Parts: sequence; C-alpha cells; structure tokens
Amino acid sequence: MTLAIDVAGLNKHFGARHVVKDLNLQIGRGEIFGFLGPNGSGKTTSIRMLCGLLTPDSGHGQCLGFDLLREHREIKRRTGYMTQKFSFWDDLSIRENLDFFARLYQLPQRRRQVDAALERLGLCSRASQLAGTLSGGWKQRLALAACMLHEPELLLLDEPTAGVDPSARRDFWEELHRLAASGISVLVSTHYMDEAERCHKLAYIAWGQLLAQGSAASIIAGQALHTWQVSGAALNREMARLQHLPGVEQTVIFGSALHVSGRNEALLSASLQAACAQDQLTLQRIPTGLEDVFIHLMQSITDQTQGITDWTQRAPDQPAEATDGR
Amino acid sequence: MAAERFSWTRWWAIVLKEFLQLRRDRLTFAMIIGLPIVQMALFGYAINTDPRNLPTYVVSGDHSEFSRRLVSALQTSSYFRVEGTLPDAASADRMLRGGQAVFVLHIPPDFSRQLVRGEQPALLLDTDASDPLAPGMALAALNPIVEQVSRETLAGPLSALAPQPAPFSVMVHRLYNPENNTQYNVVPGLMGVVLTLTMVMMTGLAMTRERERGTMENLLATPVRPLEVISGKIIPYVAIGMVQSTIILLAAHWVFHVPFVGSVLAVYLVALLFIAANLTVGITLSSLAGNQLQAMQLTIFYFLPSILLSGFMFPFRGMPGWAQVIGEVLPLTHFNRLIRGILLKGSHWGELWPDIWPLLLFTVLLMGLAVTFYRRTLD
Repeated sequence: MTLAIDVAGLNKHFGARHVVKDLNLQIGRGEIFGFLGPNGSGKTTSIRMLCGLLTPDSGHGQCLGFDLLREHREIKRRTGYMTQKFSFWDDLSIRENLDFFARLYQLPQRRRQVDAALERLGLCSRASQLAGTLSGGWKQRLALAACMLHEPELLLLDEPTAGVDPSARRDFWEELHRLAASGISVLVSTHYMDEAERCHKLAYIAWGQLLAQGSAASIIAGQALHTWQVSGAALNREMARLQHLPGVEQTVIFGSALHVSGRNEALLSASLQAACAQDQLTLQRIPTGLEDVFIHLMQSITDQTQGITDWTQRAPDQPAEATDGR
Repeated sequence: MAAERFSWTRWWAIVLKEFLQLRRDRLTFAMIIGLPIVQMALFGYAINTDPRNLPTYVVSGDHSEFSRRLVSALQTSSYFRVEGTLPDAASADRMLRGGQAVFVLHIPPDFSRQLVRGEQPALLLDTDASDPLAPGMALAALNPIVEQVSRETLAGPLSALAPQPAPFSVMVHRLYNPENNTQYNVVPGLMGVVLTLTMVMMTGLAMTRERERGTMENLLATPVRPLEVISGKIIPYVAIGMVQSTIILLAAHWVFHVPFVGSVLAVYLVALLFIAANLTVGITLSSLAGNQLQAMQLTIFYFLPSILLSGFMFPFRGMPGWAQVIGEVLPLTHFNRLIRGILLKGSHWGELWPDIWPLLLFTVLLMGLAVTFYRRTLD
C-alpha cells in the first residue's frame, strides 16, 4: 500500500514550548486515521504542519508524494483541511462560500460542481442563507463540503465533530467511510472513543509525544493490559482501596462499574478476587478497551515527564517553606 | 512551475468575495459615502486661514478726527470688529488675558496735537499673539489702513505731514486664487485627507479581520498566493476611492465653486495613483498588525503626520528641512500639490511629473513590502 502521509522526526517549538516532539506518522491511502490525545497535546499543530500552515523546525517527510517542506503548494492543491473552529465566511451565503472555494481551486464547470455539492449537502433550498446563521451541525457539513469541492486525495479534519449532535456525527462518519472507500485518505482528530473505534488506524499523542500508533487492536495488544470490571456499592470508596493493592495499575470508573487494569495478570487477579470476596463485589474479566489503554498511556507519560512539565509541583528537597515565610 | 503563476481566477475569487462582504457591511458602506460629505461640510466651511472680524477695543485719550477716522477705517477693513472703548490700560490687559479681545488700540492723550506738530507720535496696538496665525492677516492689512487714513486726514495745510509715496511701488498678483479664498486650498486638500483616512483604515482592517475571525487559516490552506490576496483585496477599495473622489469633486465644483482649470482625466488618474499608494500602506499595516485594534492605532500613527506635514494644514515651506524630508515621503504631500496644481493652475503632465514619480515609487515599494510581510503560514 502506498502511503498518503509519511513523515519522520517532525518537531515544532512555540517559544520555549516544545509542542510536537519527533513525530513519525505513516498513513496509508484510503485509510481513516484517528488522531487522539488530550487538549493541548499537539494534534492541531501536527495537522497544521502536514498541510503547510506551519513550518516544522526540523524533520522531513512527504504528503501525497510531495515533499513536506518544499512542495506544500502541491500538497495544498490536493488536500482538504477542515479547521477546528468554523472558519468560513459568516457574512457570505452558503453558495457564495462554496463558489469562493471553487474559484480558489480553479475548478472547471464551477457552477455545476457547486450545485452538485449543495445537492449532496441537501442545502439547495437554503443556498442563499448566510453561513453565520447556520447551526453547528450544518456549519460542519458546509465546511466538509467546501473542503471536498476540489476532490482532494487527502482530508485533514481537526476535531470535525466537536459540538455536533450524535445523529449528525453518525451521518458524518458514514460519509467519511464512503470517502475512504473511494480511495481518499483521512486524518481526523477526535476526543470521542466511539469515533476512535471507527478509524482504521489510530495514533495517540500527549504533550507532543506520539505514544502509540496502529490499529485499535494492536494498540490495545501493545499495552498488554488485563482488565476486570468491578461492580457493587460505594465504588468511589472501593476505588481508593483497590488502587493500593498489588498488581493494580489503574482504576477508572465507567458509569456504574469500575475498570481495574494491570499488566501482571496473575497478581492482579489474585488481589481482586481476595478484595471482592471480602466486600461482596461482582468481579468480571473483560477485554481491555481503547479508553483503558489511553488512560494508561496518559498515566505512564505523566509519570515520566512530571519533573519537566509540572512546574507547580516542587521537588521535595527544595525549601518551599523558606520562600513562603513563617 | 505552473502552480507558481499568478492566477486571475483566484484573484477574481478574492475580488468578488471582498465586494460581497462590503455590500453586506451596511455601516461601512454608509461611512464610505457619508465620511467625505461630512468632512467636506465640516472642514470646507469651517477652516479659514483668513480670519476676519477679530474683536478689537480702543483705549483712547484723544478724541480727534484722526482717531475717529482710524477706528472707522479699521472697522470697514472687516479684519477688525471694534467692540467698544476701554477706560484704561489695566482693563485692556484684562480683556486680552480673558480672550475677549484680540486687539487693543491705544491712542495716547495728545496724539493729534503731537501729530500736527510733526512730532511723529506712536500708536500702540496690543495683540494676543498666543495663536500667531489668528492676527496675521489683520496685521498685514494694518499699515495700508493707517497710510490711507493719514493721507485723508492730513489734507490741506497739513499735507506736508502726510506720508510721501515710496519712490517705486510693488504690484502683487495673487495668482490662481486672487481673492485669497481658503476654500480653494482646503477643499482639494480634503480630497487627499478623506482618501487617506478611508483607504488606509479600510484596508488596514481587511487582513486583520481575516486573522481575527480565523478565516485566514482557511485561506492559507488553499493554493491562493499572497499577491492574489493582496491585490484582490485592494480592488474594491479602489472603486470606493473613486466614488469618494467624485463626491468631493462635485461638491468642490457646485458647493464651494473651486475653480477647475485642469483636465478631469488628469484629476482621476492622479487620484487613482494616490488611492493605490494609500491602499498599499493599509495592506502593509494590516500585515504588520496582530489585530484590528492595532491596525486602527497604526492607521492613526500614519494619518497624523500625513495631515500635519503634508502642507494640507500648514505651509509646507514653513517647515524645517528635516520635516520637509518626512513630508516628501508622504503620498498626501504630493497629492496635495498635484490636485491643487490641476484644479487651480491647470498644470500639464510635464509640470505634474515631479510629484507623480514619488507616488509611483512609493506604491511599488510598499506593495513589495506588503507581499513580503504577508504571512504565508501561521508561524
């Protein structure tokens, strides 16, 4: 399979902040690639570097076969980029926005193409409505339609479904899968686990570092976590207690149940069985989910980088009291 | 490389978009038409560099025919408005300090007696020179008035005391504006001021608005080139500038009766060049400013020297050399000379050229600067 995106060692600094660290990314053609990570983890910066909006400080790679640093005009021509915030012109109508983009990409038979796009959107009757008056879901559909107008080979979507209702999100993902089936590659960042599971491949990024990359199954397998679901009364209190048991690495409340995970299967199993028997809790072995894995990834990176990133927390040997007086 | 060429389609996309947005922005549109009209009405009628009817008081110790004639001659000159007489120098001082009087004429008690005796007595005219421009024209008119009065009063046996005419005379021709009509100078100058303000401000906001609304990110992700964006954004304002020029020219002709000696074509071509120069300033400021507020501040920063150093308000030749150098850089300086030259003097192209090439040079340099400063990325 040829790669739509193949970059290595991308770095980006904003002042003293190292926002993206040695990003390596391989995305195949016709693949829906999910980009996950907490807010401020460098997802948007990475996407902007891929479409030429930001210049990487170092690194190299290609996008659709064009050099990332030298040929970004060619990349822009073949890429559709949907910004996180709606960035079409509020004071232009839907049709005018599409017309504007069609002209910018020098589309032949512009009028016919715009009409077709309006038809697909189901917005023919509202074509003259100002874009600023659209609801969130419609704005998102307009943005997707506009960045699809020039039939790009690669779509870069930055949190396209933030603030969009579930049914519109479902429609949106069906559309993405249709596009991918027709050979378009999609890089989409999201915070939703259900969306992550719909992606062919995933990457998880936190504090600018790519922590895992691959299919959902391989990312889950890679962390080698074993998970049990604990249910019963007073889960909050139980969580505090279970956390300190041998073999327990992570406890997360999911609705009315507690997910307890750890890498040492035997140790964890023994600890939990003893604890649950004592407190009359129901214990059930479950397959480790994506969310368990991501929380685990987050924790591991937090533990590693705490000394560097967490400025508010002083090292114990520092005389914090001296500066506070008294 | 084909992709690197200027594309008229993309350029036209920008032009159309700007026109559409401008049409939707009613307030801006109203300002474009309203601003020249309001400024014309305000400044055209208000600014007068030839102030008349300045309040004048007389402290007179001498009630002779001479003093009566002098006072009435001052009054009829229309520069002085004699408000009344004051008893003593102390009250005159109070009036000057309080600003009620611009002039106080002191006539000493035995003025006419000394005059008749040929002792060449002196009259004293106190004036409030805290604003040196205000009494200027009146003072220039004073000596001829005094001469006239002396000749009329010192007739018959006293004619020996009358001033002798100078052995030669100087004829003054006030060319291009014989009546010294301020409006002939101010109204064409206003054209440049209005164009500078609207053109620089509108385009100054043009690029920062895209950045503030987040639409710049979208624009940068498309293949559109800096020159296409910049020149495309400028075009609608050229049209606006031409509309404003027309409004001002019509008002100059019909309302203020400013002479229109030169060619209409020349006026429009010169206006076009001046508009282009200002738009490149605006676009450059727009590329420099981070947000619309900064763009506004930069506009004011550019606008003030344009008004004060261009010869619109104060005589260009009155400025020291270094200030003239600054003035020569500003497009408004050259436009003021050009428009006054065409309207009042009927200058032809050869005479206009010395002020046209600086405008051309300025426009080309600033355009280059704007394209250089245009941020191609979000870095």
